[in-house]
Amino acid sequence: MALILSVLAAPMNAFASDSSGEGENKVNPKEIIFEHLGDAYGWEVPFNHHKRIPLPIILIGKDGVHCFMSSRVEHDQEYRDGDAVFKIAGEDSKYKGKVVQIMPDGSEYRPWDISITKNVCALFITVALLLWSVYAVARWHRLNGHKAPRRIVGALEALIEFIYKGVIRPTLGDRSMKFAPYLLTVFFLILYFNLLGLIVIFPGGANLTGNIAVTMVLAIFTFLATNLFGTKHYWKDIFWPDVPLWLKFPLPIMPLIELFGIFTKPAALTVRLFANMLGGHMIVIVLTLLIFIFAVMGPAVAGATTVVSMLFSIFMLLIDVLVSFIQAYVFTMLSTLFISFGQEHGHEKHEEKNESHVADAAVAQTK
Amino acid sequence: MELFTPDFGLVFWMFVAVAVLLVVLYKWGWPAILKSIDSRADLIDKGVEYAQNAKEQLDNARVESEKYLAQARAQQAEMLREADRMKTQIIDEARSAAQVEAQKVMDAAKLSIQQERKEAELQFRNEVSSFALDIASKVVRGQLADEKAQSKLVNTLLDEMEKQN
Repeated sequence: MALILSVLAAPMNAFASDSSGEGENKVNPKEIIFEHLGDAYGWEVPFNHHKRIPLPIILIGKDGVHCFMSSRVEHDQEYRDGDAVFKIAGEDSKYKGKVVQIMPDGSEYRPWDISITKNVCALFITVALLLWSVYAVARWHRLNGHKAPRRIVGALEALIEFIYKGVIRPTLGDRSMKFAPYLLTVFFLILYFNLLGLIVIFPGGANLTGNIAVTMVLAIFTFLATNLFGTKHYWKDIFWPDVPLWLKFPLPIMPLIELFGIFTKPAALTVRLFANMLGGHMIVIVLTLLIFIFAVMGPAVAGATTVVSMLFSIFMLLIDVLVSFIQAYVFTMLSTLFISFGQEHGHEKHEEKNESHVADAAVAQTK
Repeated sequence: MELFTPDFGLVFWMFVAVAVLLVVLYKWGWPAILKSIDSRADLIDKGVEYAQNAKEQLDNARVESEKYLAQARAQQAEMLREADRMKTQIIDEARSAAQVEAQKVMDAAKLSIQQERKEAELQFRNEVSSFALDIASKVVRGQLADEKAQSKLVNTLLDEMEKQN
């Protein structure tokens, strides 16, 4: 993510360092990496390291709601809204990089911050894109009935069918209609987040699925879907599982483990997606940054490194496209699996269900 | 490390966005699409089944028609053979009838020829006998003057004639 930006940003630093002496503007890989992976109040534009697309900042402080554009607090400016003074906290503050309110006594107070940051804006763009995609497919079906769609609607429908018939129906069986909308929404949301994250300029470039807040919310929704719609059998398996009595009676060992498992599942979902996407983005940026790290060793080394790391980062970007899809698929598959755990109905019925799956599979194969 | 500590604003907006998305898509989005996809799959299945049946029927019809065709051909050959046979039979019959007729005609002709020959012979004999009688009477008239000798000769001649016949 933000590949071109880092390419563009770093030479500026390099040129600057040529004119104003070494040391002060040295490339700081860690800072660049976290700047590009993290959130921001404005949105970078290509070919310019200082200007940003201003986005609204919304703060709920002690004295009410404050709204202003992010351009008002850029470059260490202070913004005064009535009696309140706001600025982006500096390096030494514990709220580094966040908007804080400067209290009359000089201390920093962090209000509730629901600003439309870069990530939130990217989230809205993705949601709009997803709504449009689903609307396009739905409209095709409404207008054209049983004809096969072409082009982008056809591609979307192929994906929908891939997830619905490949993941949701074989796992959830006759309950798939209840959960398929949620699972498909999650799949497309993550896929769009991932793919837009790989695009470097404006509508993309936000590292959403590599942000733990986003993956956590998605995992919480799966957690809610699993537990709110859990059957009696599911809860019985947790609090009174089919294990020898001593494992659950005086000391409830198994129930405790099972209860713990309820929360580890969404936690695992959160961390897997987050870590995978973050790692992918980080590798691309680091490979690009290698050029500027090696640039101090002379033109020959810099040239060779440029070629090698460009090839590697293109390769990694291509792999990331694949990973984008795989991670969306895996998240959906695991969510389906967790939800299906909550839908079990005792053993007799479960076997029946298995049989019907076998029959379904056979039918699918004959088709 | 802001990456590892969820930011309140982003969590808040993410919740709002996903909730809105789910409400909207549950209501107007996915169920319609999935139902339509399922019903289309059913339609395609039915179509395939129908096509298979139709093909089967067509194959059957082709076999049937070939059978009828072969039957018709056999019948035709049979009829041709029959006709051939009848033709030769008719020709044979006609030929034999003609032969019989010809025989009859020939027989009749022979008979009439014989009869005519007999008649001619008879006439000829009569004429010859009358000529002979004339000649004889002339000769006899000349030679025989008396009646006795005349009638004796006549009688002997007549006897000879009768013996000859």
